[in-house]
Formats: sequence, structure tokens, C-alpha cells
Amino acid sequence: MTDEYRDLGRARLENEEEFVDILEERRQSSDLGHALRTFSPHPYKGAQSCSTADLKKAVLESQYLHYIAKEIAAETGSSMEEVKEEACRILEEMSQNLQLKFIRLMGFTLTKVLKRLYSSIFVNMEGLNTLQQAVQENPVILMPNHRSYMDFLVISYILFTYDIPLPVIAAGIPLAGMKMVGEILRRSGAFFIRRAIGSDKLYWAVLSEYVRTVVKTGIAPLEFYVEGLRSRTLKSVMPKLGMMHMVMEPFFKGEVYDITLVPISISYDRVLEESLLAHELLGIPKPKESTTGLLKASKVLQEDYGSMHVNFGRPISVRHLCQGKINRCQYNLVPRDLPQKPSADVQACVSWVAHLMVKVQEEGYVIGPWALMACLLLQAPTRVLTEEGLLWQELTEKTLWVRKLALDFGARLNWPSGQGQSSDVMSSTVALHASVVYRKAGRVFLVQEEEPARERPISPEKEVIRTAAAVLMLASYRNQCLHIFVRPALLATAFHITKAAQKEELLAFFCFLRDVFSNEFIFIPGNSSQDFEEACSLLRKCGAVHVSEQEVTVSDAGLEVLSFLQALLQPFIDSYQVIFRYLCENQVHVFAEKQFLSAVRNLAKELILSGELLTYEALSSDTHKNVLSALQRLETVTKSRASEQNEYTVNKAAVRRINDILSGKIPPQMLPSTPDAKL
Amino acid sequence: MASNSSGGPDRQRIAQQRLRIITGHLQGRVDVDSTILAAECKAQGSQTDVSREEEKKTVPRRRQDIMKWNGWGYSDTKFLFNKKGQAEFTGKRYRLSGMIIPALKEWFEGTFGASMQHKSPATTMACFLSARLNSDAVQPPTLNEAFVEELKSTGIPFSHDAEDRVFRAHGHCLHEIFALREGKVGRVPDMVVWPNCHNDVVKIVELACKHNVCLIPYGGGTSVSSALECPPEETRCIVSVDTSQMNRILWIDEKNLTAHVEAGIVGQDLEQLLNESGYCTGHEPDSMEFSSLGGWVATRASGMKKNIYGNIEDLVVHVRMVTPQGVIEKSCQGPRTSTGPDIHHFIMGSEGTLGVVTEVTMKIRPMPEYQKYGSVVFPNFEQGVACLREVAKQRCAPASIRLMDNEQFKFGHALKPQVSSMFTSFLDGLKKFYITKFKGFDPDRLCVATLLFEGGREKVLQHEKQVYDIAAKFGGLAAGEDNGQRGYMLTFVIAYLRDLGMEYYVIGESFETSVPWDRVLDICRNVKARIIGECKDKGVQFQPLSTCRVTQTYDAGACVYFYFAFNYRGLSDPVHVYEQVEHAAREEILANGGSLSHHHGVGKLRKEWMREAVSKVGMGMLQSVKDYVDPKNIFGNRNLI
Repeated sequence: MTDEYRDLGRARLENEEEFVDILEERRQSSDLGHALRTFSPHPYKGAQSCSTADLKKAVLESQYLHYIAKEIAAETGSSMEEVKEEACRILEEMSQNLQLKFIRLMGFTLTKVLKRLYSSIFVNMEGLNTLQQAVQENPVILMPNHRSYMDFLVISYILFTYDIPLPVIAAGIPLAGMKMVGEILRRSGAFFIRRAIGSDKLYWAVLSEYVRTVVKTGIAPLEFYVEGLRSRTLKSVMPKLGMMHMVMEPFFKGEVYDITLVPISISYDRVLEESLLAHELLGIPKPKESTTGLLKASKVLQEDYGSMHVNFGRPISVRHLCQGKINRCQYNLVPRDLPQKPSADVQACVSWVAHLMVKVQEEGYVIGPWALMACLLLQAPTRVLTEEGLLWQELTEKTLWVRKLALDFGARLNWPSGQGQSSDVMSSTVALHASVVYRKAGRVFLVQEEEPARERPISPEKEVIRTAAAVLMLASYRNQCLHIFVRPALLATAFHITKAAQKEELLAFFCFLRDVFSNEFIFIPGNSSQDFEEACSLLRKCGAVHVSEQEVTVSDAGLEVLSFLQALLQPFIDSYQVIFRYLCENQVHVFAEKQFLSAVRNLAKELILSGELLTYEALSSDTHKNVLSALQRLETVTKSRASEQNEYTVNKAAVRRINDILSGKIPPQMLPSTPDAKL
Repeated sequence: MASNSSGGPDRQRIAQQRLRIITGHLQGRVDVDSTILAAECKAQGSQTDVSREEEKKTVPRRRQDIMKWNGWGYSDTKFLFNKKGQAEFTGKRYRLSGMIIPALKEWFEGTFGASMQHKSPATTMACFLSARLNSDAVQPPTLNEAFVEELKSTGIPFSHDAEDRVFRAHGHCLHEIFALREGKVGRVPDMVVWPNCHNDVVKIVELACKHNVCLIPYGGGTSVSSALECPPEETRCIVSVDTSQMNRILWIDEKNLTAHVEAGIVGQDLEQLLNESGYCTGHEPDSMEFSSLGGWVATRASGMKKNIYGNIEDLVVHVRMVTPQGVIEKSCQGPRTSTGPDIHHFIMGSEGTLGVVTEVTMKIRPMPEYQKYGSVVFPNFEQGVACLREVAKQRCAPASIRLMDNEQFKFGHALKPQVSSMFTSFLDGLKKFYITKFKGFDPDRLCVATLLFEGGREKVLQHEKQVYDIAAKFGGLAAGEDNGQRGYMLTFVIAYLRDLGMEYYVIGESFETSVPWDRVLDICRNVKARIIGECKDKGVQFQPLSTCRVTQTYDAGACVYFYFAFNYRGLSDPVHVYEQVEHAAREEILANGGSLSHHHGVGKLRKEWMREAVSKVGMGMLQSVKDYVDPKNIFGNRNLI
């Protein structure tokens, strides 16, 4: 099954001719004309005509909500009317109010903004054409990755331009709170979901019924981010399963014949929020979403952000995916409206699909030169970047080498071929990213933001943060291409640490690494041996290893590849070890998340200052959180709810064991198997 | 054992009454050329002359004399495209017989992409037989000599003629008919016996047990579950027990409104004979022309008018079945008993695995005073289903109410015979205009419910109004008696139509399920879509016909009936493709909460899902009954379990 989908995204984009710049036409014709164009999409043929009001009514009057309301009324002692009123309020807060005239307004504004920000927006026409067909056949779920606020409406914008039914979009509630903007988004099809739903049963019920009703009635394609939130690191985020389950349930229950998932990969040359994100990762909180904040941010609108690629992936049939995985008869013996916990096979299947979708999204990314250059820049000691500068010549040569490696690994690159052009490409890339690096006298330096004059001289700690901000920006761009390298890189790391050649031993270590890092990089659950095979075959393909029945041995030419790959993961390993060390050495057994985050950051800061720790990436709160989740997953840290705060209890011995395996002191042991992610 | 006593005064009276009935009923027929025979079991024991006694019956011993050997129904009746290219229905037996059906060709070509140029004719009987003579298409019978010897001494007629054997080796599944048309036969029974009464069956079963012979009961031969197929692995002599000659009504009890009937009688004869006395059973499965009472009991049949009369399990008061362990029957005719699990339910649905049903006492009703067809057009299928659900909720379903989807509505429409008067065609046009233009129904979405009301005239009219009022709430418009009647005709001629299709590379089949109300729409949509999807995947070059109707309503659900057919040109193994698609469709039905079967039964075709359908323990129960009743597997058709 998985193999079949492995190349779903990849197969299509071989030649870049397929991508069409949709801004080009906007630059040549009237924006107003575009906004007022006749919009005549071919909707889903089985769609029930259903207004926004009908939709709400259907949700509120659903048998499912009735059951839930009854339960809640019994539990809380309130009356059915009260519960239903509350449900109604939740629904009001949530629901979209898609109106074509607002799409036109949005389209008009967006054209202006997009033209200013981006030199081009490339869209694969073939993907759009397939989507246009798919939309008519079955209810469609659009599943873009989430890297920037920009991708929020850009899909609606493209669909509007190409006469494809406009989606309703799951959005975070903070957006709804923004004056005007919230309402505009709502009327552009956004529906709003609270961030921390937790155990609010009624909220879950209203939301899931709302989502299911949209899917069942097929009134519009549904768009949601399977990653749940915007990735702060431009790296894929562990998918959330709740929404995925809601979306697939109508198929499980036979309420629709099939559901079509359309992965959409949006890649940016340069992300609008780059510096904001880096600061957020360093614990400098992000400003609350507000309209004034947005206006203040308008200075970012003055800059050039290169181009954006929107790659509509091949539609995937849920029916096809679930074949043999789900026994749909399990819904035969109870009313389908009755609230029930999903069974283990359903949970596993939903989780598998969600992970698969992230993988397919990754395969659809169009990688620019900058991501590859960022890989190399990060492999140079930070001091070199800030003080001496990296030789331009060396960087460009090495980048070309990485480019070839990436191509061998099957990446799709946005890089015009031809040797002569390459240096121009790289020069302009660096120019585009003037906020991160600059070129001076044949060398490349890291940009460090200016501090107000009165704060000079800067304290060493401030200095660290200043550098870290730049490094983390760089790291984000590197992250855009990590998925290409990550499996071979895990194998390279296994080589590096175990020094083994036995396939079995390598596989064991590979699986260990994959397990430890599977909050960092997204792997499909249960696919570890396939991932290992993939790693072997990619390394063999580029001539780095010889693979025999029993052994994997490194070729002479392979050393360079392996050391590049291993260095790619080193910052992660270093960062994880810092945290493991903190957990083992720290006197406290029980801690709160906040306390943990700041303590770890301080420790990393100290270690960097003392020169013991080389990577500034250890300062990223994203990594800290990932470690915490990973350890929970591995059952070495347990979460308990004491008073208001989440508290964590750590099993130091277990953490130490993981750390020892990771540093090659003891051979990998079976870690507790990952329980199927809860929905 | 009433049928045993020969010549009691009662029996004579009955025999005379029967003579009257038969004479009456034969006078209406064209082909009377025989002497009439008293229905006396014993008397016939000595008669081995095949030709003498059976002309009066619908089903003679030599079925092939009046019925097709490789298709549905009577030899004289079929659809064909005449020289002008118009569809015509031959023969004189049906309302549609002898008529031109002008729209059928266009519908046929349009729906299947079939063409009059591309024919796929069947092997003729003569060809087939000569092929047999040359190449042994039919294997020579494996006879158990001792059994044959003893059977001879009982005087029960039997045959091991190839035609007789081939005829009883199949039901009417697509693969069975397709193979016959190609002149292919697999394992066939080694001989056929024609018991004349209950006692004959007792003797046959005793002999079979004694000589270890495999028996396969054969009633009307209309099975669509591969139930009549001989297990290829069976090495014993297989004897087909053809009950068609056990076709008498033994008595009618007018005080209790029951009739005691031999189980070999076919539906149309039963109704006709009862009608002579002013009664009916009201049990009308679509196959009633050919299917037998014993077959209904053995498969748990369902009749079109079950809303008034009930399904077979509601109609049966008493059953006799001959098993290897002896005769099973109840001791009284009490209308309901609490005596442990109802033993009738071991018999009903046993599909010939436990014994031969020989006699049945069933409920009868006075013939209805008044019958009226009707139809309602709905803007779409969803509305139609909602209406049927409401009718079921209010428990006011007419004798029959069926909802056909849009494709089936068009199908039915294509069967409209040529209208004689300008006026009728003008009216039709007007009706169509009113519905599509004035009422705004989309001709590609609308669907029609067909209705049949029965009872006292006043009550029927009142009932009709009630149903039409409900329909109106769901946007339904009354669309006339004619549309309704044609809808029911479709179910009687559909099997003949399949034969026509097979002449032009079109193969198809029907199958059914029952499902809770809230799933009706989902199952209809999903199964139809699955069929279309599977056809595409399996390389079918043309869009298939995939259509359904909600054909029965119950308090808690409905019976859904699917038709599925496609043009198989370009496929190397069309039957295999067909079977894969049907298999997938059944999987889809089960995944959508549908039952394995509502009334066709399991046979061998759906056996693989039985365990899932009735649970492991359930299978164990069935198996242990089988083990007790028939330890030597004399009834070795291997259906069901």
C-alpha cells in the first residue's frame, strides 16, 4: 500500500513546464476584472443543495448531537434546552459563511498583495485539472501543508481563478478574533476551531458533526491542515488525528461512497514570517493575532519574497487507502449516529493516512537552491559564519554537489539546469535572503540584526540569542529539504555511531533513531523496515554504499556523502543529548512544561557560551517540545495533571539508557513500542 | 399420513373437486389434448409411460418440451429484434406477448453501447447434443446399480437421459446460463426421479440412505444461488429429485382458511387452482410462474404482496419434510406455539441440505374483491425513499410498494409497447410535459414508485388516497395506473430480457439484500457506485447498467433489489469479470449493513460469507443439525454450510 503511494507526489513534476505562473496573467490584465470574473465551477455531482443556514440546522438537529446533548444534560444536570443553546452558540462561533462577493473582495485584495510580495506563484496545471474532475466525483478534502499565513487563502484564490468550487477552511480561532479580518475570512469560507478543545465534549461533538456534515453533503470541498498548526520550523509537524478522523468517518460509515484527499504542497522561496518564527522559537512570544498587528507588519510587505510553488498532488481515494485496513461492518450493529469511541483498527488507519498525507505533501515540495545552501551553511562552524565568513567559491561548489545528491534522492528542484546559470541562481538566491546572509569580498556571512545603539556593548547572552535567531532562520530553510535526506541520514548516523556493517545491527540502530526522532521527522508508523530499505537503496543509487544480503558497506566515494548526511542530523542529536543530560542530571523528578523549557534553554545557552555545545539549534523551543513528546511516547516521561498545570514525571534511568544508546555506549534495546496514537 | 389412504370418501370428493378445477382451468388454455388423470398416488406407481399423464400440468416431466434448456422460461416466448430492427416479444402467454416495443432498441443500444451488428448467439440444443455424442460434453451417468434396481421395483419414474440430467444441473445464475449457451456443462446429476407423492419421496430417501446415493431436491429450477449445481467433488451417484409431479392441492379447509398442498406445485398453478375455489395464497414471488412451493419453503421466499399476505414463514402453518432420519413435522396446526425453537425454522431456509419438503399446509385468503395499480413520480430517489419510510412508519403500505431509481424508471419506460391510438401517445406526451416542464422534475433524477392495492373496493380507494397524500408530502405526483402495472411487468419479463441481452454481448444479473431504513440511501448509492467502479477497474469497456429499487418495506428496514448488466465485448473472460464485480458488490452490501440475502438464499454462491453472517456459533448450530439429520450427507448439494 505504502509503496504504491510513495511516488504519488513525485512522479508528476519532472518537467517544470507544467507549472504556470498565475501572477503573470494578473500582471497583464485588470485586477478588478479578475475579481469580477464569471465564476462557474462544476460542483460535486452528488452535492445536496444546502445553504449555510441549512448546514447549521442539519448539524443542530442531527441525531448525533441529540445523543450527546442528552448525555451532557444527564452528566451536568442542566436541561436539554440549555445544552442545545450552548451547542448553538458554539456553532455560531464556528461556522463559515462563504459568500462569493467576499471571495471577490478577497480576490481583489489578494491580487494586489500577492503581486507585491511574490515575483511569481507557480501552480501545476495538471494538478488543477485533475482536481477539477475529482471535485465532481466525490467529496474532496484539500490538505495543504501550513508554513505561512499566506497559504491560508491562496488556495481559495487559485480555485476561484480556475473555476473550481471554493473550499470551506478549518482555521484557528485566534484568526476569528481579529476585527474585520475574522469576518472577511469567515465569509471567504473559513470556519473556526478553538485551540485547546481538550475534553470539552460538546465542542468536540459540534465540531465533528459540522465537519462530517460538510463532507457528507458535499456542499463544498473541505480544506484543513493535517499538521494542525503552522509549522514554526518549516519542517513537517506530527499530524493531528482528530480532524482526519472526522473527515474520514463518513466513508467508514458508508455515508458517502468515497472521499478524495488532495495533498497540496506549498513551498516558499522565502517565508513572510521568517524572523518572527525564529524569535518565537527562542521564546520571544509571537504577537497575538490582531488587525493592528497585521497593519504594523505591513513593512514586511515592502520586501521581495521570491516565488511560491503550489503543487496540487494527485487525488487519493480514501476507499482505496482503507481497503483491507478497516472492516466497515463494525458499524452495522449500533446506530451510526450513536457517539462511539473509534476502534483500534480505525485509529491505526486514521493515523496511518494522516502520516501518509504528510509524506505525500513532502514529496510534492519544490525545493529551491536556498534550502540546499542552508544545509551547507549550517555545517560550517557558526563562528566562521559570523566572523570569518565562508568562501563563496567553496559554498557554490559544494551546493552543486548537494544538488546532484538531492536529484539522486529523487527531489524535485526548482533550479534551472545548465552549469553557467548555476552561479547566477545562487547569487540571486543569496540576494533574496539578504535578511539572513550577505556576501562580502568573496565570502558569505550571517546577518545579525542590529541592536539599538544604546544597548551596546551587547552582553554575551544577548549575543548568543542574536546569532541564534539567524541560525534558526537558516535552519528553517534547511528544514525545507530535510525529508529528502532524512532516511539516508539516519542510516549514515547509524554507520557513524555503530561503526557496523551488519545489516541487522544497522537496522536495529536505524529503528532506534527513527523511533527517537519520530516527533522531529515524520515517518509513517510501522514502516521502519521500508524506511530502512529506502535509505539503503538511495545510498546505493548514489554510489555511497554497497548492499549485500547481510552487509552494507561504505564505498570510498561514499564517505563524503555519509559525512554530509551525518552532519545534517548532528544538530538534532546534539540538541537531544543536551536535553537528555538536563533530565538525567537535574535534581527534580517532577516538573512543569514552562519550567522545563526555560531551564533547558538556559542550559543550552551556558553550554554554547562555554564552547561545549556547537549548535545554536539547541535553543529552539520546538526541539525541546519534541523531545518531551518523544519521551512521553517512549514512556520515559509521564504526564500527569496536578492542579491547573500539566506536570511531567521523568524516569531518569530510562532517559539515561536512551542517551547511552544514542552516544553508542550500549547497543540499542527494544524501546517500548509506540502505542497507536490516540485520536 | 392422509395422502396414504387410498379411496377414502374424503379423498374421492377432493379428487372430484380437483377434476372440476382442472377442467375449468384447462378450458382457458389452448393446448388441451390429453386425458385427465385422477390425482391418485398409488395408481400412478405402475405407470412408467412418460408421455401420457403430464400434458395438463404447467410443468411436464420433460421440461425441455416447453421450456428453454439454456435460457429463461417458455420456449415459445422471447424477445427478439425483428427484421425492421424493432424489439418484439413473441408468444401468447403474457400481456406483452406479440407486441412491438419500439423504444427498447434505442434504450438497449444507448444503455449498453450494444449494437445489432454484434451478435453472440448461443449453441443450439442440436449442436450441443451432437457435440455431446462426439466429445462427451455430458459425462455418462455414474449409476448405483443396486439403487437403480430397487428403485425400479417401486415403480417411481426415473431417467438418465442426458437432456433430463443437464436440465436439472443448474439454476439461473448468469454463469450457469452463460455456460449452457456456450454448450459447456460441468458435473450433472446421474439420474432424475419424479416422485408422485410424499410416500414416493420416503421410499427414495430410504433407498438413497441404504445405497449411499446423493440426493439433490429440484423444485422449479429457478435458483439464483448456485444451489442446484452438483458439487464437482461428489463421487457418489447424484440423483435429482424432481418434485414437479407432486403438484396437487390435497385439501382446502374453508373453516380455518388453509390448504394442504404438495410441495412440487409451482406458484402459478397454486394460485390458479385456488382461484377456482375463490381463494388465493397471495404469495407472489417474481419467479412464481416456475418456482415451487417446496422451493419457497427451502429458501425462505418472499412474495411481492407480503404486506398483506406475509412472506413464506408467515404463510406456512404446517410442513412435512422427509429426511434421512425420517419425517419431520409438527403434531398440530395451532397458529402459534411455544414449544422450543420452531422446528419450521430448521426446515425453512435449509436449501435442500436436510431433506425434501413434500407437503405444506398454508394459509389461504378469499380472492380480493378489487385490485388497483398505481404509481407516483418523485423528483429524486431521496424523496422517494423518505416517502416509503413514512409509509412504513404509518404501517399503511399497500399490497406492494416499490421504488425504482431513475435508471430503472427509464428501463421500464423503454418497455412501453407501441400505442395504438394517437390519443394515448398525445396523453403520454402531455404527462411528460407536465412532470418535467411544469413541475420541474429533472428527467435524469426523477424516480417512480409503483403501487398495487388489493381488497374491498371502498377500502382500496381510501387506502390509495392515504398513500397518495403521504407521497404528496414528499413531492410525489400520481402518475397513473399504467406506469405502475408496467413496473410489475418488468419483473416478470426481466429474465427474458437477459436472454435477449446475451444475444448481443450483454450479460447481467439481479441480486438483493435487506437493510435498516437509515442505510437504504447509502447502500443504494454505494453499491451502484461500487459496481460501476469495479467494472471500470476490471476493464469493462462500456458503462454498465447499475440500478436498484426498494422493493419491499418493513417496520425496521427495506429490501433492496439491484440489477446489474454490462456489454462484455472486448473481454476475454466476461463471466469471471462478472463474478468479480458481483462479489465486490456483495462485499459492499455487507460493509453497508445489508444482509447476505433477503430471499434468494445462500446456496453455494454466497456460502463464503455465512460464518460472518451468522457467527461461528450459529454455523456450529446449523452444522450440528445437519450432522444429526443427515450424517451421511445424503442431501449432498453442499449449500449453505
